[in-house]
Amino acid sequence: MVTEQVQWVPSLGLTLGLRFDGFSFLMLGLVAGIGVLVFVYSRAYFHDGPIIGRFAATLLVFSGSMLGLVFSDNLLALFLFWELTSITSFLLIGTEDEKTEARSGALQALLITGMGGLAMLGGFVLLGESAGTYSMSAIFADPPTGTAVDVALVLVLVGALTKSAQVPFHSWLPKAMNAPTPVSSYLHSATMVKAGVYLVARFSPVFASYGPWRPIVITVGLSSMLLGGYRAIRQTDLKLVLAYGTISQLGFMMVLFGAGTPEATFAGCTLLLAHGIFKASLFMLVGVIDHQTHTRDLRVLGGLGRRWPVVAATGAVVAASMAGIPPLLGFLAKEEGLASLGKTGFAWGPVVLFGVVIGSVLTVAYSARFVWGAFGPRQVTQVGDQEYVGEDAPHPSRLFVAPSVLLAVLTVLFGLFPGLVDPTVGRAYEALWGESAKSYLALWHGFTLALGLSAIVIVLGGALFWWRDRVQRLQDSVPSLPSAQKGYDRTLKGTLEGADAITGVVQHGSLPVYLGIILLTIVVVPGVPLMMDRTMPEIVIADSPLQIVIGIVMVVCALAAAVVRRRFAAVLLVGAIGYGMAALFMIQGAPDLAITQLLIETLGTVMFVLVFRHLPERFPITRLRSGQWPRIAIAVLVGVFVFAFTLLATGARTEAPISSEYLERSVPEANGKNVVNVIVVDFRGFDTMGEIVVLAVAALGVAAIVRAQRRPDESDDVEVDDDDAPAGSPPPASLDRADGVSTEVRS
Amino acid sequence: MTPRRSVILDVCVQAEFHTLLVVSVYLLASGHNQAGGGFAGGLVASCAFCLRYAGGGDRAVRRSISVPPTTIIGVGLLFALVTGFVSVVLGGDFLESSKLTVDLPVIGEAYTSSVIFFDTGVYLTVLGMALLMLEQFGSADGVDPDGEGAPQERASEAAEVDAAVDAAATTGVAASGPDGVTR
Repeated sequence: MVTEQVQWVPSLGLTLGLRFDGFSFLMLGLVAGIGVLVFVYSRAYFHDGPIIGRFAATLLVFSGSMLGLVFSDNLLALFLFWELTSITSFLLIGTEDEKTEARSGALQALLITGMGGLAMLGGFVLLGESAGTYSMSAIFADPPTGTAVDVALVLVLVGALTKSAQVPFHSWLPKAMNAPTPVSSYLHSATMVKAGVYLVARFSPVFASYGPWRPIVITVGLSSMLLGGYRAIRQTDLKLVLAYGTISQLGFMMVLFGAGTPEATFAGCTLLLAHGIFKASLFMLVGVIDHQTHTRDLRVLGGLGRRWPVVAATGAVVAASMAGIPPLLGFLAKEEGLASLGKTGFAWGPVVLFGVVIGSVLTVAYSARFVWGAFGPRQVTQVGDQEYVGEDAPHPSRLFVAPSVLLAVLTVLFGLFPGLVDPTVGRAYEALWGESAKSYLALWHGFTLALGLSAIVIVLGGALFWWRDRVQRLQDSVPSLPSAQKGYDRTLKGTLEGADAITGVVQHGSLPVYLGIILLTIVVVPGVPLMMDRTMPEIVIADSPLQIVIGIVMVVCALAAAVVRRRFAAVLLVGAIGYGMAALFMIQGAPDLAITQLLIETLGTVMFVLVFRHLPERFPITRLRSGQWPRIAIAVLVGVFVFAFTLLATGARTEAPISSEYLERSVPEANGKNVVNVIVVDFRGFDTMGEIVVLAVAALGVAAIVRAQRRPDESDDVEVDDDDAPAGSPPPASLDRADGVSTEVRS
Repeated sequence: MTPRRSVILDVCVQAEFHTLLVVSVYLLASGHNQAGGGFAGGLVASCAFCLRYAGGGDRAVRRSISVPPTTIIGVGLLFALVTGFVSVVLGGDFLESSKLTVDLPVIGEAYTSSVIFFDTGVYLTVLGMALLMLEQFGSADGVDPDGEGAPQERASEAAEVDAAVDAAATTGVAASGPDGVTR
């Protein structure tokens, strides 16, 4: 085992802990090995299409993220890579972005796996906080306990089960089949969907015995295995047969890893490898068929077996591996699985075994359906208005077929000579359980329960395929199961409608109400604690008589601004208040503030005048209506609050002011004697940077609004209701530049 | 607005305009050690252009400065950003300042701080913002104070504003403007 710690965000205690052990090696083999083949295959699949560059780049990002995922030892780093795979999966499903189905499929995958990922993050945080560390190896070495941990495990499972498309979150995987076939082959069968299985495999040895873990994983896994198989045997699209088959097989893996017994884990590792090999190969073959004949409907495909013997033979071999026919790798995996589930030791073990046997029977049936449908004789000549035209489909190029053939050869080789993979699987097991494997892979274990079950499975599965028409009729006659797709659609629709309703209530577009809510918040939030604290500060009326004079002038101006009828006069009066403020700053010895305030007032007044050219000269004469009382009340409240707050705030200081420190540092550190300027451009330079960006954005925004107003067709939309417009009311911008500008934007 | 012009105002503006610009640059340059700074300087320059506007309308403003306001804003932001990153490249923190000593021919040795460049960025951004507002609100109703709006000029201005609108839309601010209120 190799570990490496890379400091990532030390201030948050975030390290990029990487760990390379036997299980990571197994996943590396899948991700990198199949990855290389998929890249080769993609070259033939896309030719030199316009999207291959973007596609290859995204696929590479995915490969990197997936490797990061299986190498991470830190839970948060794992989460990061986990989300990266979700995002790249989204991009890859939507590769052909002109297709509606591709886009909605991509979105569905992102929403469901993203939702799961969010739950998982919650679980990780709970787990990490309970354990006091986010390092997986440390948590496994000394696992925490308690209710929080149980909740955390359920949340982690939600993430794992959504990612691995398990019931009831599986609906995204069939939809993801709208992706180009290389993506389906790589992400949605061999690697990404195994991330959930991977996580369950890592956690199970330690946490399987914890309250909810084993029942949830096994129940969900078994349901997925059965439901996936049940749906797979009635699909007519080859790719959907495989997609539901993938759900079924992932369910099998979940059961094996979730059981949390050493033998089952060993079998799970084997199945992980076997499934990656045969399913990637099968998907690639579907891509070949689709690419050459332009159809994936197994009812209209016919005669390919005769004309493309190599392709057909490859398909038959890998499908047989999926069905668990000896002497292939899939058979070894299934045998190990059945054997391990035969001796789990817990009470409902036999029920699980029975379920897995039924699931395996279905697997045999849909494997046969796949081979027969793809390479057997044609069943019908026309489906709907789509007539089969692939009779003279050109033979695929060698490069196109080579990757799947190679995988088929591997599945045979590994089946015949288990010693080739036994060490790899053994090391993976060792990494999970911390002890060397007691089981070993072999074609012949003697006359065991598993062998008998395998035989029964193959016979029953064959029978199920042989009487497929009757099975089909039977499936048609029973009421269909509740569809997860409908559930997703309804949830999505409900969420959007709910969001609409909430937006309608919260953002209904009345400026007076917005302003009222904002002002009331200002009063209530700091106001309530203010009421609690009754210590009265020492009140200083004024430092100099001049202040009293200026204060009186300002009060008079404010009162006058509220009663004058002309807009222009109101603005001038508000400007005069600002000038008074500047004078007060000057008296307090803050020339910088005074200058800025003075200039801002001037400029603000000019801007107001420019805007007012478009408004009537006078405010409308309004009688006092009952509807105005709340507004008056709010205005009075805000006035009283600001007065009280200012009064109390001056006496509330308990810490030394920050200004003294700035004064000391100003000249030696920033070579400036004007400490205000030094703060603005140096000590808090980053803030200023942000502020001028806001300034620029706000200016452009205003330009956009004015521009929109000038367009005749939209002028009605932005007509400001005179009575509601707060145009005259907000004081011109004060010192806070960003706010000042945005006030202008709103007015 | 009537296209009536006052000779007295015109002449006063002529006299004050350049003086104010010089004052604004003085405020910018002296800001580090005395009252002033890029923000105040930019505001003074903006006021100078407001006077220009009061004297001759938006055409007078355009005659005084031919650079589009959006360009000025962009250059200002660029100035500030580049200043910030120069210190990073030189091995300091973002926006870290250093003392600059300049040997001026007549005055002798003078020193200032490298933040003068950052302040220049602030100055330009503020000025550009004010000019943009003048342009937008100043001619919003299409009435030209001089009464001789050249069509080409209008067209180029429209294109300019469209560019600004696009830029604003990409930053996501304009989108929440009128739409958010009415729909």
